[in-house]
Amino acid sequence: MPGIPSTPATEDDQMVGSPSALPNTRDAAGAWDTLMRGLRLSPELRAGLVKTLLLALLATAGRAIVPVAVQQTIDHGLGARGGGVDLELVWWAVGIALVAVLVTAVASGFMNARLITAVETALSNLRIRAFRHIHDLSMLHQATQQRGGLVARVTTDIDEISRFMSWGGLNLLTSVGQVTVATAVMFAYSWRLTLVVLATFVPFVLAGRWFQVRMTAAYQLVRERVGAMLGAVAETVVGAPVVRAYGVEQRTQQRLDERIEDHRSAAVRAGALSSTFSGSGEVFAAIATALVVVVGVVTGVGGDVSAGTVAAFFFLITLFVDPVLIAAETVNEGQTAVAGWRRVLDILDMEPDVADPVDGIEIPDGPIGIRFEHVAFRYPKPGEVAADASGPTVLHDIDLEIAPRTRVAVVGETGSGKTTFAKLLTRLMDPSEGQVLVAGVPLHRVAFESLRRRIVMVPQDGMLFEGTIADNVRMGRDDADDELIELAFIELGLADWVEELPDHLRTEVGERGTALSAGERQLVALARAYIANPDLLVLDEATSAVDPATEVRLQRALVGLTAGRTTVSIAHRLSTAEAADEVLVFDAGEIVERGSHADLVDAGGVYGVLHESWRRGSAA
Amino acid sequence: MRRGLRLIGLALREAPKPFTVGGLGAGLYAGMTVLSAVVLGWVTDEVIRPAFDAGEVDRGLLWLAVGALVGVGTLKATGVIGRRLGAYAAQYRLQSIYRRRVTRQYLKLPIEWHRRHSTGELLSNANADIESAFFIAAPLPMSFGASVMLIVTAVLLLVTDPFLAAIGFTVGPAIAAVNWYFARRMRLAAMDAQQKRADVSETAHESFDAAVVVKTLGREGAETRRFGAESEGLRDKMIEFGRLRAAFDPLMEALPNVAILAVLIVGAWRVGSGDLSAGDLVQFAYLFRLVALPMRVFGWLLGELPRAVVGHERVEKVLLAEGEMEYGTAIGSGDAGAATAFDAVAYQHPATVREDLLPGTTATDDADHTRGVQDVTFEVAPGRTIAVVGPTGSGKSTIAALLVRLFDPHLGEVDFDGADLRDLARSALSEHVAIVFQESFLFDDTVRGNITLGSDFGDDEVRWAARLAQADGFVESLPDGYDTQVGERGSTLSGGQKQRIALARALIRRPRLLVLDDATSSVDPAVETAILTNLSAAGLPSTVIVVAYRRSSIALADEVVFVREGTIAARGTHADLLRDVPAYAHLVTAYEDVHASGSEVSA
Repeated sequence: MPGIPSTPATEDDQMVGSPSALPNTRDAAGAWDTLMRGLRLSPELRAGLVKTLLLALLATAGRAIVPVAVQQTIDHGLGARGGGVDLELVWWAVGIALVAVLVTAVASGFMNARLITAVETALSNLRIRAFRHIHDLSMLHQATQQRGGLVARVTTDIDEISRFMSWGGLNLLTSVGQVTVATAVMFAYSWRLTLVVLATFVPFVLAGRWFQVRMTAAYQLVRERVGAMLGAVAETVVGAPVVRAYGVEQRTQQRLDERIEDHRSAAVRAGALSSTFSGSGEVFAAIATALVVVVGVVTGVGGDVSAGTVAAFFFLITLFVDPVLIAAETVNEGQTAVAGWRRVLDILDMEPDVADPVDGIEIPDGPIGIRFEHVAFRYPKPGEVAADASGPTVLHDIDLEIAPRTRVAVVGETGSGKTTFAKLLTRLMDPSEGQVLVAGVPLHRVAFESLRRRIVMVPQDGMLFEGTIADNVRMGRDDADDELIELAFIELGLADWVEELPDHLRTEVGERGTALSAGERQLVALARAYIANPDLLVLDEATSAVDPATEVRLQRALVGLTAGRTTVSIAHRLSTAEAADEVLVFDAGEIVERGSHADLVDAGGVYGVLHESWRRGSAA
Repeated sequence: MRRGLRLIGLALREAPKPFTVGGLGAGLYAGMTVLSAVVLGWVTDEVIRPAFDAGEVDRGLLWLAVGALVGVGTLKATGVIGRRLGAYAAQYRLQSIYRRRVTRQYLKLPIEWHRRHSTGELLSNANADIESAFFIAAPLPMSFGASVMLIVTAVLLLVTDPFLAAIGFTVGPAIAAVNWYFARRMRLAAMDAQQKRADVSETAHESFDAAVVVKTLGREGAETRRFGAESEGLRDKMIEFGRLRAAFDPLMEALPNVAILAVLIVGAWRVGSGDLSAGDLVQFAYLFRLVALPMRVFGWLLGELPRAVVGHERVEKVLLAEGEMEYGTAIGSGDAGAATAFDAVAYQHPATVREDLLPGTTATDDADHTRGVQDVTFEVAPGRTIAVVGPTGSGKSTIAALLVRLFDPHLGEVDFDGADLRDLARSALSEHVAIVFQESFLFDDTVRGNITLGSDFGDDEVRWAARLAQADGFVESLPDGYDTQVGERGSTLSGGQKQRIALARALIRRPRLLVLDDATSSVDPAVETAILTNLSAAGLPSTVIVVAYRRSSIALADEVVFVREGTIAARGTHADLLRDVPAYAHLVTAYEDVHASGSEVSA
């Protein structure tokens, strides 16, 4: 519809994903390729397509019937070549046209409904499949993509496809049909007039191409500026205390005003392009109409053209203008949609490198011992698999054994390899060299079901999900009832904490657990791990300080949780290292020291230095 | 409805120039649309039919016809361009005017006002609400044009033939009714779908954020089912919306066609009876085709109006909010640490509070928000370092905020150098006093820009401050050193790195009162120790107040103020309090207690 500005979409994570939203400059073959790949993956789109296309044919064919009725009425009904008005003929013409109009409406309604149902069903399934696939990818692959980017794969990218298919794509389909049918009817009337009309529209189509390229760039600029502007607005809100405390209101406002103005001018410029283009359509339509009159009258008199034919052309020409306008606007949407589709398909094409082994074996019952056999880890460069990774090495030739039921603390600087160590131990990643054995079994041969039941990791942030505390704990064990969950909190010495909560176990934790403090989220995460009852526990301690009361609870719960299990803690606290049976000190990807806390302190090496800074930090 | 009209009136007043262009364009467009149909009718009667009837062509008339058709077409195109350009210009002009006003309010209104509103709310006030309020600017010129077109067509119909008029007056309202009905239902369905889309997005965010948990607990299947349910909800809403459109679009196309066919039959009959010419028939058939489409704009305008009114009301609430912090005129002199004091200060937090504004507190620390502090009295001598210690929710952050005048006490007085803090001029306050929050906020700027905040500091000073804050090392290793862009809210840096830059930002100002509200919590303990040691060795001209959990911070203070339940429970040196105040001792030694019991288990 004219007059409606197409305000560029402002998705929530536009700021994160904006670089990937750049229009893809790959050629049409790439787009076709993506389309074919996409159709192969979504059988829902192909099912019943023939029927839908038949309906589409019916729907567009009906659009040319009204001009024909006009021509019939003028030429024969009104007795253009002498004779009076033939009302009976007009009745017939109008009656047939009316039936055609109604059939067209019904057919086009059904076609629209069928198409949208097929598209939305297919896209929802694609969304769900991509979601699952992203979870199946290893931490490594997940890490190479920005978190916001991953979310975009299952949200905005697919929304773009949906938007295109159910608006632009649908319009494009009927437009192509409309132009084809109109051209066919024109040819049936007069090839001369048809050529006149087509010749007039060639420059219009070329102009459309010219405008389309510029509009794409203009709207891209608008999108970027929207992002920049929203970022600046957010600074005045989120950063309000800082702006106030440092008295930088003026500077902030000035930066903001610039971005607001940048956005306005870009948006108006894009609007001007689109306005001029749609205006030019009117000029071309008028020129075509005038030429039809001239050529029709000059060649028609005594020829094959009648007055009714010329009148029919007036109507047929109007069927040409909109499709060109629509096509030019749709190409942009189409490019965005295809680019989005390609990104989704690319994600689906990524082979999960850490996969559930076929015929996986179970970890033998009983306590779990750990063995690293000459394990090395290098980050793979894009396209490489773990085994032939050639990126920076983060772990060198780790060879060690940890006895069942030992409590091990892993310490080291950021980047020393201690986190990689933990990820290999939980098979969040596979080593580049060597192998990891748990309870004597190679980890990569262990069935996921057994792996996840027996080995549990507690990450730094509690990572809770919207729902109640009980819901979150139950994630550790699906069949746990409230009684069991309550028992878990009691056994971890957290009963008093649960008691203090407004709804006890039924307390809602909010989106991502934000209704609880960081320390409290940790408590729930510990209960979740406890109820899962693993034989090997891997803990990644939080670095940030929590208030002392929660700290006490955390420590108490940890004692309960780790009792009797093989435990590997990435330690940031002196107390954890002191309480461990053994300390592994990582430095530059190697284990440089190993032994009890006391021995290592006496030795005065890397650990000695670390301990000294800890000690100064915690003792008065 | 009346509020809708008022909003339209307001929009017209705020952006008169673009609306004039748009209105003129729309009028021209409307006139030329009707005229183009009239010209076609005339061409049919005077050029085409005579030519075919008589078999010869009047060249002069033919050229006149061409001139008329192309001339009208060009004028119509001009009208279209003017109408659309005016609409765009008005819409974006209004958006930018209101964005400026709203954000000026944000920067002016007191922090307390900010704290009563959530971040999401304020962001959407400045963005989505303004957008939807002035979305109605877009269809306004077109609505004007369509009205002109309707009236002219109606007059033309009445003048020409009552029977043709009857067709127009039947189909016109029918189109309007269909439009009205569907526009409303489609808008509701679209809003439902939008809500579902947000749910899908939120679930994806939450799930991918917690990917490690999903993996290590083997929750992939359960998560997929949860996400699948959301996705299917969205799918159903989209299909519902699509079905409405599938019914609406063909109806809107069929109705004018039915009218044209009616014109043919009625027209043919009237031509037979000699009341109409063939040209009249062509003219009105063509006119119905052209006028039908613009009618859609009314349905659209009416459909958008309620949303626009709601959006505008939300924006208006921000613009009408009152309150601004009043500042005094004192410039505050001296180049050594300031004396600061609380005299019977009480502060009550508003009931609804944003979690993210008072750094160092979380949503569960409700006690802190709702209770605030009462009867707080203490003095700090110039140059001293004081630690404020207390359990979560005891009021520590409130005291920190009052010290730097983020808000004013309800009772009592906060003093700075012996005078009321409120007497200090705006510029003097930010010159003498600096605070660093736990949640360090960085601007989308370079590292240097985030430290200087646009003030005129030399390179040496920037480096000096960064070194003190232990930031120099990692900043140097960034790709562009101090000129590296930190990204939106410092997204390219870790929490500890952000805190250190925020600290450097405070230090470079050499404030006479420095307040650290748990400002190094994300920094590695070893680095934190280094920072605090640096600070005391640097000989800053500052009185320092530290809110802290870690004993390393507490230990460096000359004195400790122990806060409990919104008031000061004890004051003294760390050693004294440890010995004399059991609650304090319990709090700060909690850590060692646990450590001890942990050793027992392992032994």
